[in-house]
Amino acid sequence: MSRPLTLAEKVWRDHVVAPGVEKDGQRSPDLLYIDLHLVHEVTSPQAFEGLRLAGRPVRRPDLTIATEDHNTPTLEIDKPIADPVSRKQVDTLRDNAEEFGVRLHSLGDDDQGIVHVVGPQLGLTQPGMTVVCGDSHTSTHGAFGALALGIGTSEVEHVLATQTLPLNPFKTMAITVEGTLKPGVSSKDIILAVIAKIGTGGGQGYVLEYRGSAIEQLSMDARMTICNMSIEAGARAGMIAPDETTFDYVKDRPHAPQGADWDAAVEYWRSLRTDEGAEFDTEVVIDADALEPHVTWGTNPGQGVGLGESVPWPQDFADPGDRDSAERALRYMDLEPGTPMRDIRVDTVFLGSCTNSRMEDLRAAAGLIRGREKDPEVRMIVVPGSQKVRLQAEAEGLDQVFKDFGAEWRFAGCSMCLGMNPDQLAEGERCASTSNRNFEGRQGKGGRTHLVSPVVAAATAIRGTLSAPSDVLAAHPA
Amino acid sequence: MEPIIRHTGVGVPLRASNVDTDQIIPAVYLKRITRTGFEDALFSAWRRDPEFVLNQPAYSAGSVLVAGPDFGTGSSREHAVWALKDYGFRVVVASRFADIFRGNSGKQGLLTAEVEQAEVERLWKELETVPGAEVEVDLESRMVRCGAVEAPFAIDDYTRWRLMEGHDDISLTLTAEQDIVDYEASRAAFKPTTLPART
Repeated sequence: MSRPLTLAEKVWRDHVVAPGVEKDGQRSPDLLYIDLHLVHEVTSPQAFEGLRLAGRPVRRPDLTIATEDHNTPTLEIDKPIADPVSRKQVDTLRDNAEEFGVRLHSLGDDDQGIVHVVGPQLGLTQPGMTVVCGDSHTSTHGAFGALALGIGTSEVEHVLATQTLPLNPFKTMAITVEGTLKPGVSSKDIILAVIAKIGTGGGQGYVLEYRGSAIEQLSMDARMTICNMSIEAGARAGMIAPDETTFDYVKDRPHAPQGADWDAAVEYWRSLRTDEGAEFDTEVVIDADALEPHVTWGTNPGQGVGLGESVPWPQDFADPGDRDSAERALRYMDLEPGTPMRDIRVDTVFLGSCTNSRMEDLRAAAGLIRGREKDPEVRMIVVPGSQKVRLQAEAEGLDQVFKDFGAEWRFAGCSMCLGMNPDQLAEGERCASTSNRNFEGRQGKGGRTHLVSPVVAAATAIRGTLSAPSDVLAAHPA
Repeated sequence: MEPIIRHTGVGVPLRASNVDTDQIIPAVYLKRITRTGFEDALFSAWRRDPEFVLNQPAYSAGSVLVAGPDFGTGSSREHAVWALKDYGFRVVVASRFADIFRGNSGKQGLLTAEVEQAEVERLWKELETVPGAEVEVDLESRMVRCGAVEAPFAIDDYTRWRLMEGHDDISLTLTAEQDIVDYEASRAAFKPTTLPART
């Protein structure tokens, strides 16, 4: 019998087109087949241009799908995009999709939205697949037990031309999360705690596999949040073994296998779990029972603490690099060491992004704010991850809950996660954001970001300061 | 791709760890549809500070960036590599690189030389003591030299070979065309296709 394998190793094994060759003590990468290539307007224009210059076609348009998300406005989507540079980039994608025969969901189309929300929703993301996109948050699709990699534009061109990618082997890390999350604690808090524990470079060279009883209890939306931010720990990808929750999610979606294909697919998918006795290169354990809502205080996603804690003192960091980084972060964030996180007042709350903009996220936030009042000083923007999510939320009346609360209900896209469209923070503006990156200037020049879960975002919008749902339940009865 | 075997140029000490690609090139510059002309975008937020290292005349013509650990984290934007190259950098020296950034660099002929952090500290000291000092990076012997500092660097064999030969990936892969065709013939029937579109 062959040696026991991890989930990631199995998916890798099943996609090797040509193994690397050993020559003069050097091994070339394995050539892997790519099952699904997701494309958006920002990282693709130079790749299509490369194809044109070399006279190459897209090898498999039928394994490729494009959507407009990063530049698209979330208001007045029926008007031309105001920023001429954004408009040009979107128009370029439209021209390229037309010329190369790639399926595109444009602004205004019911299937338009953030590429990492659209793929799963259409049933195109399935267990055991290799999925790539010129976007680091491609790791999202690992929630289905797919090997999903963010790639650069040269690689986008490579996949368009060959449907393959030369890849060097990775190491494997098990992140075992055992126990049950307390009420008000969500999968966002799990991944923020993981990043705080292993650091923003802790996952480098690894594919992470999240496992354990706490992970098994999570819905697909919650699992996607975790895998999405694997990249924030520096990892190549993050994965979760497919189970009944996964199969139930995929079943009957537009591109799910049907009939006999479905049975064959499920039989294969069941075989993908990490074998008994398979060895991981590294193992990390997280106690779900002990987790609290988690928030960041700094300018990288590893700079976070429990909501009940305070802004740390830079001198408490043993590593000189971490100390410098903390000092710089506190200057940028305009925070004093020792300040309780709960005392930090925000100007804006952003609910959206490929991390937290799915139905479950919107339902959880709406559930908390229903019948309560927003802090009058706070602006809240709600941006569904896709038009389908928007339509579903409207069918459930969630849009009205948000509007009654005083939040802005927008059209789908990446929006304020990275401010490539008009949704940006002003200089010095402080934001509780359900997105994935609190980098300097990420949400707008001089903007200050605290990463939070959807329910912490909702509680913060009610109280005006960083808050847990339990704070709201205690002080603001609905 | 232009081969790179040995490079000598002015070293730029960048005393910062976790330099993410949003700092290397903010998202506002990603709207362009060209592959060149990003030199103005490099570190554009930091360059507004007159004290920033690239605003100091001794370093402004630098081509070897010496940075803190975890360089290139965050977004996968290859524009970060284009901006570094367009500015004139051929080498980045650091003790740890983010995976996607390192991959993108290898494809564009930007050498990422992984050096122990203690050696990075010595390089910083040397470059700050002698502003404008040159750093020699030798891919053949995998050594970085600057003044009295001489340090080995790590880079994977395959990337090193490709950089030294100047090979581009697509033409290398297309030599395996028959393997791709054979693999496609063996793919499971239940795998999804995006066309015809179902919604």
